[in-house]
Amino acid sequence: METPTTDGKSAHDVHGGLPIPRRAANRAVPRAEILRDWYRQMLLMREFEIRCMQAYQDKKIGGFCHVYIGQEAVATGCVAALKPQDPLVTAYRDHGHALARGMTARACMAEMFGRVDGCAKGKGGSMHMFDRKNNLFGGHGIVGAQTPLGAGLAFATKYEDEVINNGKSSRVTLCFLGDGALNQGAFHEALNLAGLMNLPVIFVVENNGYSMGTSIHRGTTQSHDLSSKALGYGIDSAVIDGMNLLEVYHGMKDVVDKCRRESRPAFVDMRCYRYKGHSMSDPRKYRTRDEEAIWEQGDPIGTFEKFIVDQGAITQDQIKALNKDVKQEVRDAVEFADNSPVPPLSDLYHDVYREPWGPYTGTSEPRMYGGALNPPTFRATREGDGLI
Amino acid sequence: MSATQELEFRDAIRDAMSEEMRRDKRVMLIGEEVAEYNGAYKVSRGMLDEFGPKRVIDTPISESGFAGMAIGAAMLGLRPVVEFMSWSFSLVAADPILNNAPKMLFMSGGQFGCPIVFRGNDGAGGQLGSTHSWCVEGLFSNVPGIKIVIPSTPADAKALMKTAIRDDDPVFFMESERLLGMKGEVPVGDDVLLKFGQACVRRPGTDCTIASWGRPVHFCMEAAQELAKEGISCEVLDLRTIRPLDIGAIERSVRKTSNLVIVDQSWSFGSPGSEVAAQIHRRCFDDLDNHVHRVHTEDVPAPYAFNLEQEYLPNTRKICEAVRSATYNA
Repeated sequence: METPTTDGKSAHDVHGGLPIPRRAANRAVPRAEILRDWYRQMLLMREFEIRCMQAYQDKKIGGFCHVYIGQEAVATGCVAALKPQDPLVTAYRDHGHALARGMTARACMAEMFGRVDGCAKGKGGSMHMFDRKNNLFGGHGIVGAQTPLGAGLAFATKYEDEVINNGKSSRVTLCFLGDGALNQGAFHEALNLAGLMNLPVIFVVENNGYSMGTSIHRGTTQSHDLSSKALGYGIDSAVIDGMNLLEVYHGMKDVVDKCRRESRPAFVDMRCYRYKGHSMSDPRKYRTRDEEAIWEQGDPIGTFEKFIVDQGAITQDQIKALNKDVKQEVRDAVEFADNSPVPPLSDLYHDVYREPWGPYTGTSEPRMYGGALNPPTFRATREGDGLI
Repeated sequence: MSATQELEFRDAIRDAMSEEMRRDKRVMLIGEEVAEYNGAYKVSRGMLDEFGPKRVIDTPISESGFAGMAIGAAMLGLRPVVEFMSWSFSLVAADPILNNAPKMLFMSGGQFGCPIVFRGNDGAGGQLGSTHSWCVEGLFSNVPGIKIVIPSTPADAKALMKTAIRDDDPVFFMESERLLGMKGEVPVGDDVLLKFGQACVRRPGTDCTIASWGRPVHFCMEAAQELAKEGISCEVLDLRTIRPLDIGAIERSVRKTSNLVIVDQSWSFGSPGSEVAAQIHRRCFDDLDNHVHRVHTEDVPAPYAFNLEQEYLPNTRKICEAVRSATYNA
């Protein structure tokens, strides 16, 4: 399953990268049932994003919308290598991660639509998908901001296991970032802290070659070998072909197992490509259609489909059925989102504080202690008053 | 009231943290020089010895990194206390402390809160120059989702710190380096807490209300004493927290005195002082004998020279002048 090339030039040259090791060839192939699940997962992400783009054009979705098309193998393979109790945190291109983690297409789409049945009651939006039940600690909208959070989640799991429960660190945190985050200070500080404190966090760079419209060469030193970033912080790294699901799974399994065993951080240069623009408003003038065509030949879903057909893990009828099934699931999600109520206006004033001090209105005159409508009972204030 | 002991301001904060760490293993302290150095201002002295390096954690000089890391840990359920050696240094951690901590609960639709305390030295007064003399409450009080605590006495500092650690929301706790050596009687007991949003009257009076918080409360007390000699009776209110803001206490006092002077050591433009003034003008429009007067730091960067810095800050002279003006005694 080599990535297609033209003129003897690797398609991965968009990253200027070193050769990518191949791991899957020597590994046992997972059961057919698992392979079909993964295939379906990728189909779901793709279909979900196609329908998101349509809904965005129809103005059902507002704000920014960053679709994941082309990178489906990354989220699918990475999450497959994790345990459910392992925290996951990511950036703003987060729909795929949310679905991979187990969020329903309904909850995800309703969030996109800004409706009350969304995963965050319509208050987070496309870039901020949260799911406590599935240990998804957010999509985060500021580039690189999630990297210290990822270190902190790993700090906390280790602290819980070791300090509170007097046991051994047992969980790893997966922290996704884009190649653009490599140039943010927060990322470097997070790596330094993770290296220094032996935090079990894996920084997975979804290296799609572009931070918005800036190719990685124009924004990042040593872009041909990102392991140099990790090396400076004493962190082991791996390069993985993010367009190939089996490579992602086996590569990540190794990294995750080692990170869990040693309670140490790791860094992954996950080579991939986003087929669409940075966001819905991006005409992609900074790259050629030829380049895109090369990558589309190595489409992660097509590549994996061919592989499982060759393996005899799936029949053409099953493929048709799964495609139909996924289309139905996403159509249902769109319908669900469209029928879900908009949040009540009173929701604006909830979830600002866990322990509010009164009916919080968020205006310049917060009615902190009742205000005119709800006057506080008079108490003589004096030194020591209020001690509880 | 129960028994008290005399404590320095810094030790009152230390005792609050230590008691809470004994009570709850989820509480830990992290920051620059908090462990082996015993704190740049010796607030955490002795804590490493008691709790060990897994709960009292030195970090490199990396505010954005460790502030963000502590927020991630709080999302998972720990209750970190993060020391900024100075709040001035928190500015390089603006994204985590302003974009993550106060918004996580809201953005996640109530799923992930952020029970964290950020604390450290805030305000000018030690000739530290422009970059190290920030009064960050002027900036940060603008942001919903944060609670802001600025104590003026050791007793309040201890009780408010304990409340801050037990609170489920992000709390910004601001200490004045100038006050850390101040001694005061502090109630003994693990469960002496102070509710947020309760101002207290430091000195009762009838002619003019002076409202303040943190270190300038002491200047207000000096001014009130001096003004008493001139026959002007001042009521000094210590707000103790500015989010939540006990506007009701100020309102009640102003209804009695008909005059208000606000003393705020942050810059005047868009400050807690201007917010209080706006609210009181609306609430007490018919009670006021004069417009609300405000004493702030001067609208310039903090200077180094001793005399300039004294002039830059709110001080007793300026407060006296403001009160005389407000009460038509100028």
